[in-house]
Amino acid sequence: MVFAIALVLLVVGSVLFHLLSPWYLTPLASNWGNIDDTIDLTFWVTGIVFIAVNLFMAWCVIRYKKSDGNTADYEPENQKLEFWLTIFTSLGVAAMLAPGLLVWSDFVTVPEEATEIEAIGQQWHWSFRLPGVDNKLGTIDSSYITEANPFGMNPDDPNGQDDFLIASNELHVPVGTPVKMLLRSNDVLHNFTVTEFRVKMDLVPGMVTYLWYTPTKVGEYDILCEEYCGVGHFAMRGRVTVDEDADYQVWLDDQLTYAEILAQPVGDPVAGASAYVVCAACHGAQGEGNPQLNSPKISGQDGWYMKRQLEYFKSGARGTHEGDIFGKQMIAMAATLIDDAAINNVVAYIDSLPDVRSAATVSGDVGRGQKVYETCAACHGSQGQGRWALNAPRLSGMTDWYLVTQLKNFRKGIRGANRKDMYGHQMTMLAATLADDQTIDDLAAYINTLP
Amino acid sequence: MSTATTHDETSYVPPAEVGEMELYHAKTWLGKYVFSQDAKVIAIQYAFTAIAIGMVALVLSLLMRLQLGFPNAFSFITPTAYYQYVTMHGMIMVVYLLTALFLGGFGNYLIPVMVGARDMVFPFLNMLSFWIYFLAVVVLVASFFVPGGPSGAGWTLYPPQAILEGTPGTEWGIILMLISLFMFIVGFTMGGLNYVITVLQARTRGMTLMRLPLTVWGIFIATILALLAFPALLVSCIMMLLDILLGTSFFMPALVSMGEQLEYGGGSPILFQHLFWFFGHPEVYIVALPAFGIVSDLLSVHARKAIFGYRMMVWAIVAIGGLSFIVWAHHMYVSGMNPYFGFFFATTTLIIAVPTALKVYNWVLTLWRGNIHLTVPMYFAIGFIFTFVNGGLTGLFLGNVTVDLPLSDTMFVVAHFHMVMAVSPVLVVFGAIYHWYPKITGRMLHDGMGMFHFWFTFIGSYAIYYPMHYLGFLGVPRRYFSLGNTDFIPASAASLNQAISIAAIIVGITQLVFIYNLVWSLFNGKKASDNPWNATTLEWQTATTPPGHGNFGKELPKVFRWAYDYSVPGADKDFIPQNEPPRS
Repeated sequence: MVFAIALVLLVVGSVLFHLLSPWYLTPLASNWGNIDDTIDLTFWVTGIVFIAVNLFMAWCVIRYKKSDGNTADYEPENQKLEFWLTIFTSLGVAAMLAPGLLVWSDFVTVPEEATEIEAIGQQWHWSFRLPGVDNKLGTIDSSYITEANPFGMNPDDPNGQDDFLIASNELHVPVGTPVKMLLRSNDVLHNFTVTEFRVKMDLVPGMVTYLWYTPTKVGEYDILCEEYCGVGHFAMRGRVTVDEDADYQVWLDDQLTYAEILAQPVGDPVAGASAYVVCAACHGAQGEGNPQLNSPKISGQDGWYMKRQLEYFKSGARGTHEGDIFGKQMIAMAATLIDDAAINNVVAYIDSLPDVRSAATVSGDVGRGQKVYETCAACHGSQGQGRWALNAPRLSGMTDWYLVTQLKNFRKGIRGANRKDMYGHQMTMLAATLADDQTIDDLAAYINTLP
Repeated sequence: MSTATTHDETSYVPPAEVGEMELYHAKTWLGKYVFSQDAKVIAIQYAFTAIAIGMVALVLSLLMRLQLGFPNAFSFITPTAYYQYVTMHGMIMVVYLLTALFLGGFGNYLIPVMVGARDMVFPFLNMLSFWIYFLAVVVLVASFFVPGGPSGAGWTLYPPQAILEGTPGTEWGIILMLISLFMFIVGFTMGGLNYVITVLQARTRGMTLMRLPLTVWGIFIATILALLAFPALLVSCIMMLLDILLGTSFFMPALVSMGEQLEYGGGSPILFQHLFWFFGHPEVYIVALPAFGIVSDLLSVHARKAIFGYRMMVWAIVAIGGLSFIVWAHHMYVSGMNPYFGFFFATTTLIIAVPTALKVYNWVLTLWRGNIHLTVPMYFAIGFIFTFVNGGLTGLFLGNVTVDLPLSDTMFVVAHFHMVMAVSPVLVVFGAIYHWYPKITGRMLHDGMGMFHFWFTFIGSYAIYYPMHYLGFLGVPRRYFSLGNTDFIPASAASLNQAISIAAIIVGITQLVFIYNLVWSLFNGKKASDNPWNATTLEWQTATTPPGHGNFGKELPKVFRWAYDYSVPGADKDFIPQNEPPRS
């Protein structure tokens, strides 16, 4: 009796959980409402079977429980019953399968008017490419990939010259227009998923895969990687913003084409030297840093990283948190660099400064720090040398107290919590694994031992 | 009382086609208990090793749940460690525990004694099979102690990631994993051929195929599946080893890893997935079919009623086994393979639901108008039906290609396959152990501890996996070390994760009661009679309990009827053993 009641309670509890719990499909923001309909249909069919079979079983447990007068029937077979059960099950299965296949044929048939957008995955971030006015994407190949050509664009293909290259985790798409996403990976398997759009597909190195959707609701949606891609998998995030057409055009006009990127003048260290006077006040004439002024060493840091951070300070992606006192100072300083050329110049100048190792100021347990660093090494490299392909700046030989402050800031959400700082967001997740301040000191002490 | 008519009874038993062979008799202690060639000893060795390594995998799963329920509260659970737990947990549970336990453990113990044979047909090979399996486990465990630790590639070991920097354990772990799998398959093949040939060639007089207990049918067909499916895994292991060690490019296209061009080119990551799942999907049924067979027998014995629709049950096992080879790419709907495959594989996958559903109906119909003895094995058997119905039905979501789109790679998948492939078969394993322990040891397991074990395991596992499906509906991805910030996952999902973790810890601890019961009852359990459940099948008709070397007395039993003569009208007991001759 107890068992039968338990079975009934489990059935009732499961149904109530389904009906009353707050956890169910995240609201839809694309054309794929018919996917949700197939889920509903499947719920009805399977729900009825779940309830019927289990309640019948519970009833049997009560009704045919061992008792004095009870003997079991001897009925090895009942072909009629088995026949009807087969028919009934087949019909139920067909009722779910047929609509499923119809929707799938929608999914594999991309509307002809769909805009093509390429999403590129690599450990552990996203970038995107849009065709230019010719509406054609240029050819790419992994053999072209270098720090200067991270998209692997074929320099000789005229179709690629007007492609918009978006080296950022953020994509914009216009509302109401079908989008065909072409998916490509530079290294391992990834998966492009926007939960609100319902569709997803793996990215496979060596081939181009696709999916399509029509965004129907203006808003911002997370892009997740949902195919395991190594130790940073969970931190591989992006965002797609669905815009009204006008907003979309504003965003698109801001993006650079391949030709425009190629035409950008390289940074001029001579021109940068005059702008650097402002920086030198705190960071020192040689970029060596000044602990009294809370200024880290900047000489020897990766140029691409400093450019991004300067842009972040300018755009308010960094330094706007009220806890970030010194970051706030940088907002005003970065504002003195009026355009991209100015940033390029000053970064080129910093690059020309001698790279003198900062003195160690943090002490800690090097052995413990080494163990903790294993996680960091996946992106920043085993020697802390930094790796452009992973958007991971150099750590070794830089300022240790600054590293400690930044890790604490990441952990407290003072840095990296800004929605525009998507690379910083990765660090908030990883800094969260550092147990306490002592662990951070240990880590910094170990990084001090790296060449 | 001689008017009893039963389903399948003959008074004629054909003569033996070949005479009995002399059994191998061990001369030393070592030969009798360590390098034993007696299938029953080998079975216990298999079961002991499988359960021991399974406990390791259980602890790994609890560590994962700690991180998911209480993110970053335990500093030793780094992302690297987490992905190593994921990988080792999955591989151990699927291959080294469930496959080894059902086929090497139950298969070895039950096949000879249920078909009326003295032993497996190739006892030496059988012994070799276990020791190679044992070495495979040792090699796998060794990967915990090598530089870089075990592989963290996920149990599916998808290249290119599995062998490239950025994945834990690419120094040694992945190599040891592949070598260990290679050894496992070699060892299994020796055992597997043995099981199949024993069923086909060593059945006793009168034991026709259609009189075999469903336990034997389940293990028999599962073994055939394994013999056909494991080679696909074997070649993938060899090819991946070559990609790692010799720099070949079977699965490796031209790619840029960590900003550097590697010297690979022309290989296909999707090819690996096809090979892996060509093994991987039948693998699900390699675990499920023995469970189906065993649970059929448990239900029949303890409901005192013939299994409903025996012939259909046999054909359903065969049909499921056959179909299981043409559904593999339903694991790959969003893998980037040609999407038109989706039509085919969704159709075959949903067709497989039909024979599976019929099995469920027949189990429930076996209870219907039965005389249900609520013994501990029966609790587990009925618990199995409940969880299997749930896990089977959620398979209809994932098998239907369209519905799979939003749910693939989310916690829904984790919830589904654990309900159907972990909780359900493991409930059968427990039921089977409570059922056959008296035959194996001569003592009964303690009922009170058994009931405690059942309730906490059954309700606890359901509390883990049922709510987990709803995380999947939200879109919570699987294989995430932590969720960080998203716009769409509500904070309440963290509370749900916490509750799931607490349930998991309770279920984990409950298993200690089971282990304790196994040991305690060995010395203190109630003495078991030869046939404590009044069952019909031959293992309960042995000369001694536990059965000695050679299983049966001087003469092998003769079989006159099918395995399910329970509550035959007019009979004086509510069961007639298979070897009992007709009255008239």
